[in-house]
Amino acid sequence: MSLSKTDVEKIAHLARIALSAEDIPRYAENLSNILDLAEQMKQIDTAHITPMAHPLEAVARLREDVVTAPDQRAAFQAIAPQVEAGLYLVPKVIE
Amino acid sequence: MHTKTLSELSNALRTRQCSSRELTGHFLSRLKQHNATLNCCISITEEQALAQAAAADQRIQAGNAEALTGIPLLHKDIFCTQGIKTSCGSKMLDNFIAPYDATVVEKLNAAGMVTLGKTNMDEFAMGSSNETSYYGAVKNPWDLERVPGGSSGGSAAAVAACLAPAATGTDTGGSIRQPAALCGITGLKPTYGRVSRYGMIAFASSLDQGGPMTRTAEDAALLLNCMAGFDPRDSTSVEREVPDYTADLNNGLAGLKMGLPKEYIRTGLSEAMGLNLEAMVLELQKLGVKIKEINLPNTQLAVPVYYVVAPAECSSNLSRFDGVRFGYRCENPKDLADLYQRSRGEGFGAEVKRRIMVGTYALSAGYYDAYYLKAQQIRHLISDDFKQAFQQVDVILAPTSPTTAFKIGEKADDPITMYLSDIYTIAVNLAGLPGMSVPTGQIQGLPVGMQLIGNYFDEARLLNIAHRYQQVTQWHRQVPARFM
Repeated sequence: MSLSKTDVEKIAHLARIALSAEDIPRYAENLSNILDLAEQMKQIDTAHITPMAHPLEAVARLREDVVTAPDQRAAFQAIAPQVEAGLYLVPKVIE
Repeated sequence: MHTKTLSELSNALRTRQCSSRELTGHFLSRLKQHNATLNCCISITEEQALAQAAAADQRIQAGNAEALTGIPLLHKDIFCTQGIKTSCGSKMLDNFIAPYDATVVEKLNAAGMVTLGKTNMDEFAMGSSNETSYYGAVKNPWDLERVPGGSSGGSAAAVAACLAPAATGTDTGGSIRQPAALCGITGLKPTYGRVSRYGMIAFASSLDQGGPMTRTAEDAALLLNCMAGFDPRDSTSVEREVPDYTADLNNGLAGLKMGLPKEYIRTGLSEAMGLNLEAMVLELQKLGVKIKEINLPNTQLAVPVYYVVAPAECSSNLSRFDGVRFGYRCENPKDLADLYQRSRGEGFGAEVKRRIMVGTYALSAGYYDAYYLKAQQIRHLISDDFKQAFQQVDVILAPTSPTTAFKIGEKADDPITMYLSDIYTIAVNLAGLPGMSVPTGQIQGLPVGMQLIGNYFDEARLLNIAHRYQQVTQWHRQVPARFM
């Protein structure tokens, strides 16, 4: 498995991570090596094996639909990069 | 005072040989004296610690203290601590003051323990050497040119250097056990779901588990007693009673069946490590343990499976860091996409970015089946290997790490070499089993640890074996000369 510069750019875009141009070759090499490691899995026939998503094979617990969390909006907004009138501010999305 | 165990300190507080304020003051001064050398703490919380100590002293006076009331400890900086910076070793959270306490922190606070500070760690717990921290590498107290292991390296180094009598850690692929081994302390990763993950910043949610890092097995039992338990705020927390982990510590080991996995001891284990393992086996046999070779045939696949599953879960978990609601935001974003991409590009370090991208790739359309689904299928096989082994034996013994502490920088440039140092620990996380590292000797002046792996919820048995072993050995009592 050898990832090209374009592959890495595509993955970085999907992951919403800005990479500098000079870093891309190193990421291409590292990621290719990691995916090579993952290729070892190919030697195993898993046609009839159920995937294991959870170590205890537990299912999600249900609870009564009642309010349990207190309102902490002020505390949460106090640590936000930019807020105004109770809203999180981001650059303008729609002109 | 600083070389004492939790149980000794508990006794000293109860019999008024010292107060919590004295004890806390002593450890704070040691931290302030040695942190610059080891870089084991990101924050030292002196003011809060002294206030908690004063409250603990009042509680002891009033006669309603618990076993650990008044004893100081450190928290890995992955656990949210209300009003205290919780960085997770990342620039992304360098400005993050947690608005609430993790359940583990809440429980230990309620038990009257005193928080001395927050320990350094690999960024978002992704690393096996502590070199990926935004705050710089932690030094191994046995040799300052070497790594303490990771990702709970700050916790391990601090306890090994007696700067705190105990610390919390988390373990996604060995992050409690491997640094415990490399620093010569005792570390326990409980069964998945035993300790609440609420407020523990998520890396790979199906693998992450918090646990105690201490000098002795008895101390690990005392701390686990306070950390474990069902938590409705963690959807994968297990609703199951918590036993008193100290109750079985002194049980006899006669007739106990212990398995040695061929795949772990026949490949890649250095001669010195092999001899160390043999020496431990001899001690255990003297205590009546029966040794049997077992097979874990899918062992060699644990590393590739882990390095697909963990990055996949990490890419999903870390998507919450978007520069909008908390954490780092880039300067002057030109639009929303730029805000996301540069905040994440600048806020995350190289290893975190690598893992997010591997995970993103493994989960992306066209590759999901070949990577993520395949890894989950093989994960099942790995888990079944253990299930079969536990039909033949009560517990499994294995090395914790293939080597002793390596030099800072030695593996930093090559992710694959670094990943392979997790070979003995990660299968345990994939299966969700409890595992524990116990100090078993030294090789060229560097500590060695061996790992006990138990069946689900069999922590008490691991602690029992480790405790009995520690009663006939002194490796867990070794302190590096400069920190005595």
